[in-house]
Amino acid sequence: MSTNAAREIVIRAKNLTKRYKDFVAVDGINFEVYRGESFGLLGPNGAGKSTTMKMISSVSQRTDGELTILGKEPNQKGPEIRAHLGIVAQKDLLDRELKVWENLYVYGRYFGLSRKFLKPKIEELLDFAQLQEKRNSKADELSGGMQRRLAIARGLVNEPEILMLDEPTTGLDPQARHILWDRLFRLKEQGVTLVITTHYMDEAEQLCDRLVVMDKGQIMAEGSPQELIKKYSSKEVVEVRFGTDKNEAAAKKLESMGDRIEVLPDRILIYTKHGEQLLSEIVEAGMNPITSLVRRSSLEDVFLRLTGRTLID
Amino acid sequence: MITQLVVAQAVAIQERRAKKLGSSIYSGRSHTLMERGFKAFKGSNWFIVLSGFVEPVFYLLAFGFGIGQLIGNLEDGSGNQVSYAAFIAPALLATSAMNGAVYDSTWNVFFKMHFGKIYQVMLSSSMGPLDVALGEISWALLRGVAYSVGFMVIVTPIGLVTNAWGLLAIPAATLIAFGFASVGMAITSYLKSFQQMNWVTFFLLPMFLFSGTFFPVSVYPGWIQTIVQALPLWQGVELVRSLMLGNISMGLWSHVLYFVVMIALGLWFTTVRLKALFMR
Repeated sequence: MSTNAAREIVIRAKNLTKRYKDFVAVDGINFEVYRGESFGLLGPNGAGKSTTMKMISSVSQRTDGELTILGKEPNQKGPEIRAHLGIVAQKDLLDRELKVWENLYVYGRYFGLSRKFLKPKIEELLDFAQLQEKRNSKADELSGGMQRRLAIARGLVNEPEILMLDEPTTGLDPQARHILWDRLFRLKEQGVTLVITTHYMDEAEQLCDRLVVMDKGQIMAEGSPQELIKKYSSKEVVEVRFGTDKNEAAAKKLESMGDRIEVLPDRILIYTKHGEQLLSEIVEAGMNPITSLVRRSSLEDVFLRLTGRTLID
Repeated sequence: MITQLVVAQAVAIQERRAKKLGSSIYSGRSHTLMERGFKAFKGSNWFIVLSGFVEPVFYLLAFGFGIGQLIGNLEDGSGNQVSYAAFIAPALLATSAMNGAVYDSTWNVFFKMHFGKIYQVMLSSSMGPLDVALGEISWALLRGVAYSVGFMVIVTPIGLVTNAWGLLAIPAATLIAFGFASVGMAITSYLKSFQQMNWVTFFLLPMFLFSGTFFPVSVYPGWIQTIVQALPLWQGVELVRSLMLGNISMGLWSHVLYFVVMIALGLWFTTVRLKALFMR
């Protein structure tokens, strides 16, 4: 990570804390985000991701600790910081009384942008979001994927330096997700810093250069997806299934075979360097799984290990 | 390239403002909410807006010209004899201003706050809570002003505005609408359910009927008079009535002051509340 030292830090959180009465939503976390990178906040529901996002977005005041965004302090400089941010909230929060293009126009006006600037900008954003044909539809007539794209396009109207995306693809079908990922890649190519929360592991692996795994308001691990997999998981995973009643019994026998074992309600995961080899050992030992699968280790395995599977909804 | 320049300017505007007092809650762009208002209004139901306007006109016809026939002239509080229609017309103008402002700043604001969620969106731009408060209140007062201008257009030709001071009734109505919109939005921001919203309506009706609208407050015992005179509609009615009937005195400034305080308090509480609700 020596390359990071030379890069500009755009967000810096030090002992960042948010308390709501007795409840500690974010419990003294530390992280930095560099310009142009795609930074992920990963964690189960209630881990404190959205609260962290809100504090970075300067729409929620921290209880304790330090936070600077683009070198500015958000409690005092909220509007100034938000002038440089694109905020895409978890719920799309479109202006349902307005048409698609009016959503972009009015939001641009909120930033003080001139009509002259906004006219070509709206065309550019409608192209980007693939919404030209829907420009005169009311926002609530759009499909879920379209609404999400409009929300992102709206977040880009002020040409932000940092785009904040809170669970950008939750609730979307696979096709809509892939379209969205493609759009987010393009933004990254243009040098926009992305801060993304998600609880989809494949999304984090696709989109994030670097991420932190959060649980119960704290950061459990930090690194690139590959680093995290290397550190917290093995190279390969063997998934075997013996049937609901037999999994526990089989697990006892399997325990000695891999590096580590994880018993899920429906299947057993065995972590190892050589998956195929292990699988043949299992079969040779006379255990016949109903189904079996050898795959590369993923962030999901890291996530399971760090946050405990019972928390995942 | 050009686009970059413009955005740099927009950001520069924000940063120039940053040196001013209150830059963390205000960025001087409340007028953009009016723009949103007009865009959203185009697609809304005109009939509802119109119905709010005709209500006081019906009162004027029924009471002013109908019941007015039975009553004849009465004394306006400054020793002049005026027709009953001329007595209640200023009160109905003040009521128009109130109705328009209150309708928008209560029910519409309540809807936007809890279902439309547009304030969150506004507050994720570079505006602050005071921009949103001032913008929404200004939009609400606009309806009050529209109602009262419409009402003036009706009463002036039929001779109910007897002197040039009467023209000041429009700025007075604007002030009244501003006061009601401001306090209306502040109160609404504390309410959580439709039942609570109904209390607002429940409070408005007796205030409309008993604030010296249809008869002088001198009919009440002293202590009731004091209560009525503390109510905002009475203040508005007195102000507009004095202007339209030409009873000008320095005392009118007390009504103006009343509304200025109302505006300031409403803005303050709305701003605080928006911050508490959407920036927690």
